[in-house]
Amino acid sequence: MFDYLNPYRIFKINSTLQKIIFFCFILVLSIGLVEALFLSPEDYLQKDSVRIMYVHVPAAWISLGIFSTIALLSFSIFIFKNKNLILISKSLAPSGMLFTLIALVTGSIWGKPTWGTWWAWDARITSMLILFILYVIYLLSFRIFEDKDKSYKISSIIAIFGAINIPIIKFSVDWWSTLHQPASISLIEKSAIHSSMLVPLAIMTAAFALFSVLIFLMKYNTELIKIKNKGLKRL
Amino acid sequence: MISDLVFMDGNGVYVWSAFAFTLIGFTILYLIINLQLKKEQKRFEKNFSALKKEKYNIAINQEIYKEILKHSGSKI
Repeated sequence: MFDYLNPYRIFKINSTLQKIIFFCFILVLSIGLVEALFLSPEDYLQKDSVRIMYVHVPAAWISLGIFSTIALLSFSIFIFKNKNLILISKSLAPSGMLFTLIALVTGSIWGKPTWGTWWAWDARITSMLILFILYVIYLLSFRIFEDKDKSYKISSIIAIFGAINIPIIKFSVDWWSTLHQPASISLIEKSAIHSSMLVPLAIMTAAFALFSVLIFLMKYNTELIKIKNKGLKRL
Repeated sequence: MISDLVFMDGNGVYVWSAFAFTLIGFTILYLIINLQLKKEQKRFEKNFSALKKEKYNIAINQEIYKEILKHSGSKI
């Protein structure tokens, strides 16, 4: 199974894929922006401020998805002792951190016209802030500890324990009384959002996902070249 | 028409700033990661060309090194 995760194989595919993904990202993002800003209808209650949803929601979804993946990979690192999994986890984190920041900032901007406040210490917003802090600590752990094995173990532990926060974020709107609205889209139930809003949301989510893949590919190659640079000195 | 798109009944400042923050965030992260990648590629090329002949011959036959040099646009 791990033959597919061979660094040489991933590097070779990465280098070719980067340009294609970049082109697809620009194309999908352009369509998504036109749909989100000009073609989608305004909300009967929130009016045009609802357009912030098209950047806020995909950013929140992808930041949660990336952290869940990092946590899963970190757990696998302890079982399979495969260092390439660390490289993959580390390369996923920068875009995850950016998406969490985007979700927090755009959520704050959206809060002003809808709730009348920039910030509230409610369960959903606070747990998202904790997720951002977890991303920062996770990335810093690679820089702080000089001993590589120690930094790998500590970063993996941070990701595994940080995963506890994921269901808290997801169900915070159901468990506690909060300003944040409950989920409008569910995998098992019919969506509460009309298709005229669902389509731009899906396009923007695809664009954001492509961006995170692009950043992952570039970061993975950077980290691999860094390791091979050290390997050259040891030849 | 254009002013309607810009002001969005008073919500324009919130909508445009949210989209601007997102796009600026994308651009900054892309530029940082791209800069790091280019820096590592240059460092690799420099270290590779500084290898002694014996080590150079070993390294040049390794697939991963060949691939890195190929994608960094190296003339080695």
